[in-house]
Amino acid sequence: MAAPVLRWGCSGTCSALAWVYGVSRHRRGAPTGSTSNWIRGQSSLAQQPLHTARKPRKGEHEWAAVVGLEIHAQISSNSKLFSGSQVCFAAPPNSLVSFFDASLPGTLPVLNRRCVEAAVMTGLALNCHINKKSLFDRKHYFYADLPAGYQITQQRLPIAVNGSLTYGICVGKTRRQVTARTVRVKQIQLEQDSGKSLHDDLRSQTLVDLNRAGIGLLELVLEPDLSCGEEAATAVRELQLILQALGTSQANMAEGQLRVDANVSVHHPGEPLGVRTEVKNLNSIRFLAKAIDYEIQRQIKELEDGGEILNETRSFDYKLGCTVPMRDKEGKQDYRFMPEPNLPPLLLYDATSLPAGADSQQVINIDQIRERLPELPSVTRERLVQQYGMLPEHSFTLLNEVGLLEFFQNVIKETRAEPKKVTSWVLNTFLGYLKQQNLAVRESPVTASALAELLDLLDSKAISSSAAKQVFEELWKNEGKTPAQIVSEKKLELMQDQEALEQLCHSVMQGHPQVVMDVKKGNPRAINKLIGLVRKATLSRADPAVIKATLEKQLSCHGSCPPA
Amino acid sequence: MWARAVWLGLRAPLGGRRGFTSKADPQGSGRVTADVIEHLERLALVDFGSREAVARLEKAIAFADRLHAVHTDGVEPMESVLEDRCLYLRSDNVVEGNCAEELLQNSHRVVEEYFVAPPGNISLPKLDEQEPFPHS
Repeated sequence: MAAPVLRWGCSGTCSALAWVYGVSRHRRGAPTGSTSNWIRGQSSLAQQPLHTARKPRKGEHEWAAVVGLEIHAQISSNSKLFSGSQVCFAAPPNSLVSFFDASLPGTLPVLNRRCVEAAVMTGLALNCHINKKSLFDRKHYFYADLPAGYQITQQRLPIAVNGSLTYGICVGKTRRQVTARTVRVKQIQLEQDSGKSLHDDLRSQTLVDLNRAGIGLLELVLEPDLSCGEEAATAVRELQLILQALGTSQANMAEGQLRVDANVSVHHPGEPLGVRTEVKNLNSIRFLAKAIDYEIQRQIKELEDGGEILNETRSFDYKLGCTVPMRDKEGKQDYRFMPEPNLPPLLLYDATSLPAGADSQQVINIDQIRERLPELPSVTRERLVQQYGMLPEHSFTLLNEVGLLEFFQNVIKETRAEPKKVTSWVLNTFLGYLKQQNLAVRESPVTASALAELLDLLDSKAISSSAAKQVFEELWKNEGKTPAQIVSEKKLELMQDQEALEQLCHSVMQGHPQVVMDVKKGNPRAINKLIGLVRKATLSRADPAVIKATLEKQLSCHGSCPPA
Repeated sequence: MWARAVWLGLRAPLGGRRGFTSKADPQGSGRVTADVIEHLERLALVDFGSREAVARLEKAIAFADRLHAVHTDGVEPMESVLEDRCLYLRSDNVVEGNCAEELLQNSHRVVEEYFVAPPGNISLPKLDEQEPFPHS
């Protein structure tokens, strides 16, 4: 296996402690460290190991990092959480705004059923307890893109609580073993998104677009069970896959459909937790890992230099690769929560509590939603392992690259080749080419059908595997030729004509009597020389095993019965 | 409304405001300290830079203090006066929007189809706002 196996997770022995020793070692040299080497953004997970794990020396300070995440996922729905205006990315400014979204007096919130169902689905997929009664609250703060001056959220009694998110992280020296980790999900709450502000420093003004204001969000609060940037990034990636499988959020970080804030602190194991900082402005999985790792390093350095950590909000500057304090949250925010007076409690039902004769449009049945849950990524991976006999880490790679699983399944559907062969070609050759050229699966010049045809040729022994590599390279040039056309144009097909092969073997043996003598004297390596010569004579179009058999046959009767 | 409040806040000179606050009286009822004023100003983006404004604030607090006169011992608080009503669920259809022109009529200033607000409480460093979505 070359590059494409899932390769992140904690370094080396995958111990957060080991990783942090690495940090304190590195800090004098390069502050941002040799943290990671990302090839692509969120779709790519290939990464170099962080640091070489080092055994701690006695007396050396141990640091452990504690990371908790707050994740906002935009609900994939046609209309907003409390109004009937459209949800759509990159529409003309303020075109998707209702009077309610603009907080005009006299407007009232009307809850979107789809958003509630999305929250229940997500809660079930994350093993949460679904609260049959949940409440809406107002959270107040002043910002130009929040025209009401408050956000409707669920502070006191959220829709789902006490769940868990299991993700796979690579461990071991080769980082090929996948081990399962779990982070607890504290709660999931429904809330409104705010609008967007564009700050025009030049003219000292803020431009406000309310298209996003009022879109339904799922706020997922994770317990601080994570200990490094890579763990956080892997957990978020798994969540992203789950949300996409459920269809509850498109979870595209680049479009802001998935936003992550990280709470980071460091402490000595066995001692109370340290003061935490909150890192915001994390709009890709890569920056999430980087920002957390930077923040852990910064806090350790600060404490080792005798400083103190302030409970502050910091923002990640992706250009500088570091976190910087934000001004707007100095001191403790006072959100002045109060019950939302315009929304009665949200009641959900299950099969046993469903009131008789209730209007089906007005009740949400948790059991019904549970039955309709689609296959989740963990189950898909297990199925791939079972069905195609692939290694677990291969199933991770297939799911992690956007579109790769679909590509793989299309190839499988169209080819007679063994699933293991398909897995190897898709993960090594195909993905290798994509990575090399920094392309996404959908940008690939080679289609699933073309690869399937190529694998058929290989499977029927019409071409050798080295010829298949050549054909693949030709296919990649995307000149519109089919694998069969390339094979015949380049004369890559294996020699099927046994008589012709025998002729070639015979003439090679005649041309190299010394080598033939060596073979007869019992030099075991001499036969390889003859095989090589015959292969060359066939322009590499013959199967070495077949050549060897033919040569051996001829050698055994060479003395007594020379071919005619 | 809030925009105007911010403008007022920005126009007020930084110094001199505290001169209007009442004498510090930590236990005082209705008396507001300089620290509290500063905290409220920050939260509400409202300027308390005049004696009248502080007096008005103190009167508002005194008004709300009357709530303490009501005896609520043993009374279970309600979540809302609507708490025993059904929460109506709307189906997920787009039926509103597309009224930017009307909405923007409410705005004091407009640039293209954007509302214009004074520079707000933005983060300290100049983060690159020009390209908020780096391609992955």
